[in-house]
Amino acid sequence: MYEPKMALDKEQLDILNGKQGPTKAKIMETLVRYGDIFDAKRLVKVTHGQGHLVTSFGIPLLKPVYKIMDEIIAADLKVKDGFSMDPRPLDYENVKCSLLEKLVFNLILYGKQEDYENQLEKIGLTGKNKFTCACYFKEVGNIPKEGDILSWAESSAVNYANSVLGARCNRNSGMIDIFGSLLGYVPEFGLLTDEGRKATYKVIIKTSKKPEAQILGSAIGMKVMEEVPYIVGLDKYLGTELTDDVCSYLKDFGAATASNGAVGLYHVENLTPEAKHLKEKLLVKDYKEYVIDDEELERVYKSYPIMWKNKDKKGNMAFIGCPHLSLTQLNSWTDRIINALKENNLKKVKARTILCTAPDVKEEFMKTDNYQKLLNTGAKLTCICPLMYTNNPLTKSHRIMTSSNKLRTYSIARYYKDEELLQAICGKEVK
Amino acid sequence: MKQFKGRVLASGNYKGKVVVSRQGVNTLATFQKSALMNKKEVIASDQNNSDIFGKNITGVALALPMTIGSTTGGMVLQVICSMKINPACLLFSAPIDSLAAAGVVLAKVWENSDIIVIDKLGEEFLKTINTDDEIEVKEDGIVTIL
Repeated sequence: MYEPKMALDKEQLDILNGKQGPTKAKIMETLVRYGDIFDAKRLVKVTHGQGHLVTSFGIPLLKPVYKIMDEIIAADLKVKDGFSMDPRPLDYENVKCSLLEKLVFNLILYGKQEDYENQLEKIGLTGKNKFTCACYFKEVGNIPKEGDILSWAESSAVNYANSVLGARCNRNSGMIDIFGSLLGYVPEFGLLTDEGRKATYKVIIKTSKKPEAQILGSAIGMKVMEEVPYIVGLDKYLGTELTDDVCSYLKDFGAATASNGAVGLYHVENLTPEAKHLKEKLLVKDYKEYVIDDEELERVYKSYPIMWKNKDKKGNMAFIGCPHLSLTQLNSWTDRIINALKENNLKKVKARTILCTAPDVKEEFMKTDNYQKLLNTGAKLTCICPLMYTNNPLTKSHRIMTSSNKLRTYSIARYYKDEELLQAICGKEVK
Repeated sequence: MKQFKGRVLASGNYKGKVVVSRQGVNTLATFQKSALMNKKEVIASDQNNSDIFGKNITGVALALPMTIGSTTGGMVLQVICSMKINPACLLFSAPIDSLAAAGVVLAKVWENSDIIVIDKLGEEFLKTINTDDEIEVKEDGIVTIL
């Protein structure tokens, strides 16, 4: 039997010792061992009961996960307040695939999707629509409050919840998320503690205009890796209020810091909740500095490798929305695509263009005139995760373009700035 | 002969070759291909990591600073341990990251894995050790480059 290093109360010890069944005991042992590695002193209660799971794809490779899920179901364990999930991997209606691509998706990559979703329903999946990486959108409704303790793992959602909402969550792995949600406890270490939320980097923005969110996030992520940055000078461009536009910007910025580095929390001076309350008290004494100017952003942008087989050809497919687009962003992209087509005397986009959003956001967007206007441009709207599409090796034959630094990092998609991407989907040469 | 002492997270003894990654190992990108194809050995498949790309890392020691990449990383480690195609040891120069830690714990508790894991071996360890070196790992966390 495992001897915990951290202090456990009687109920927790009873669970660990199997008094509430062997499955719960193993779940407790996993969380306690995990916390012990990081010298956690205790387990703390998850105060935002709604979970969010990172593993949304039924990939046969994850056999041990399905086995554990069966064990959880057999033990009659369920997440009391339910949970949302990362996006589904497939949508053949809006993201068309060749017969061969479908075979690989259906038989090799996501052959367990249906079975897996059935398992998830039994342990507390909130609803068929709750598949998005941005569960904190108001249309989706899984929104922690400032100070809430979470048990999530999706890196971009953890980053957003910590930074923009002021909630507390570590950068967990998949399975730790569901285990914490099932037991209602997580080990207290790292980003759950005041000390762990202090910034070790001061990032000074000295650009001549509002930086592209995805490139700024990438630059900071690559520099600070898993450390916490305190960013000054960005409020000059974003203001001091968390409006829908600003939250969308921070969502994309944060996802880039998390995927190009391993950032779980950032503070923006005069804007994000803890930075507003505590200001420079959030900085550790011997913090490091990183200055970002136009030149530095351009250096980072130019460093992205082009991994297409044929680098000289134009892109023929574009994914916009990783993380998923907010309603504000959907409207903005619709307007920008329409305007770009007008400028280029076109009626339809020249490259397959796919926008990705949450199912609940899509439903809201479909009620507006902009939905039909977007479809009229030839663009498609889906709720999949584009990363899961690019997991299929056959999709490497497409020259995929994106304005997402997360998608660029985990696939061979080529990164374009927003304005460049608009020109590229209109068939223009963009070098 | 040089010795380094680290913190034991999962103990065991090992004598044999090491494969060294001086950059963070992207767990998903490195292991996914071999695991998906149900291979008996993992040939590291992350094209962005030239240190280990194309190398067989099953049953040998893997020296690395940390793991990076998707938060599915922990589960991927669990999967390769359940398939018994894992490296024999993971030797981290830095304190273990939360994703790898989760993977090691999942493998221990749910798969009864015998993977050996030592962290905090120090920067000098990673500067000194080279792929194909013969090493000895003892259960007290001492790693000797023979």
